[in-house]
Amino acid sequence: MSYLKKSPWILHYDASSCNGCDIEVLACLTPLYDVERFGIINTGNPKHADIFVITGGINEQSSVVVKNIYDQIPSPKVVVAVGICAATGGVFRECYNIKGGVNTTIPVDVYVPGCAARPESIIDGIVAALSILEEKRKAMKKGETPL
Amino acid sequence: MGREIVIPFGPQHPVLPEPIHLDLVLEDEMVKEAIPSIGYIHRGLEKLVEKRDFKNYVYIAERICGICSFIHSVSYCQGIENIMEITIPDRAAYLRVIWSEYSRLHSHLLWLGLFADAMGFENLFMTAWRLREHMLNDMEETTGGRVIQGSCKVGGVRCDISNDKLASMSAGLTAIEPELSEMAGVFLEDETIDMRTRGVGVLSKDSAWDLGAVGPVARGSGIALDARMTGYGAYEHLDFSPVVISGGDCYARCRVRVEELFTSLDLIGQAITMMPDGDIEVPVRGNPSGEFFSRTEQPRGEVVHYIRGNGTKNLLRHRVRTPTTANIPGLVQMLAGCELANVPVIVLSIDPCIGCAER
Ligand code: SF4
Repeated sequence: MSYLKKSPWILHYDASSCNGCDIEVLACLTPLYDVERFGIINTGNPKHADIFVITGGINEQSSVVVKNIYDQIPSPKVVVAVGICAATGGVFRECYNIKGGVNTTIPVDVYVPGCAARPESIIDGIVAALSILEEKRKAMKKGETPL
Repeated sequence: MGREIVIPFGPQHPVLPEPIHLDLVLEDEMVKEAIPSIGYIHRGLEKLVEKRDFKNYVYIAERICGICSFIHSVSYCQGIENIMEITIPDRAAYLRVIWSEYSRLHSHLLWLGLFADAMGFENLFMTAWRLREHMLNDMEETTGGRVIQGSCKVGGVRCDISNDKLASMSAGLTAIEPELSEMAGVFLEDETIDMRTRGVGVLSKDSAWDLGAVGPVARGSGIALDARMTGYGAYEHLDFSPVVISGGDCYARCRVRVEELFTSLDLIGQAITMMPDGDIEVPVRGNPSGEFFSRTEQPRGEVVHYIRGNGTKNLLRHRVRTPTTANIPGLVQMLAGCELANVPVIVLSIDPCIGCAER
């Protein structure tokens, strides 16, 4: 983790999840799992965030909100899709109101498997996201525009 | 008279773990009216009954909500069992009670943490969630899942808990009880919490009744309404009385949930002592034909599953009335006339579960 120069903050949004993954994301912040040891804080403000953690598939109404939040997060940013719902629509993929996974609306960098995703795998996903974030930061310094 | 302004609250907001949108009509600092709009997490899972076999649909029913997951699967299975006239073995009924009460414990602890966080008590939030991990560990050791258990099936339960494990669970809960009491003391006696919650967001007994409030919202307004009193499953053999507090404010609702932690501990203790030996499931043959309203008590209040089958493996209709849906009219009334700064505390005080409400 020596490459980590900044404390990345996460923003969590529930696109249409059943809450199972949401509460596991929150559990990551609490004493047993404690992602704050990586300098990660959960913020409610998109302008403060670097990592966008998103749970649940995209539905008709949430796609606008997700897009909106994503656009408000300043670059470089990474998106972590937590749970199989966020990956493909999961158990709800055949529901009439589900468009599919998060990648139907915004680009995704890391997928965390599981239904519900376990806190350990969520932490793994976020740590993977940290290195992607660092790469994007370097790319930006060189004047490239990362996604 | 001040100028009227409308402030949008949500769908993405720091205190909201889930998206709901409220348009708050303000006059200066006073909320005149709150207009909710929903639909941000509607999936349309009820219609999946047409695509899934009624036995497999238990997994979907469980995923209506990840917090009240187990009790949703119990409600659904109970409905099917009633239509098909299946009597589940006693051991299965007691195991369902144990997991249901564990769900309630973890849900109430989760809520207490979020409630503390909404008031700025970061440490109390962490304490509640630390204690909650104990419940999740027991759930995981007995079912394999932390928040989604998948242990309930039509005709009984999918896995057994050995008597040794039951004894160690009971010992574990006894050991953690003093910690829970210590935390409960902070919620019930701390002066700051008192100031933030007492007299805030009052819902009178009559309004609670008229607006159809359920669960801790109804019980916090002095109405003894708890579906567990109907004695479904093994509850009829257990000694249970609902926690009823009058007051109708955020403090009363918080108190109901705090005291219910101990009711749940007691119910688990009783179920473990009375646990009969025997099978945990009966074979299920045929398809359901008929209809049934299944009522159970979720951590957030009474949930109703309506199930209608026509003798094929796919149900005709599955309809869920969730406690949050029933409590939103009450919430709208609590918000009218409150101060803007109290909105987060009042919204959280009904323990909104939008995942359930929108499905
Ligand atoms: S992946 Fe599973 S637990 Fe997570 S939101 Fe979807 S249904 Fe719920």
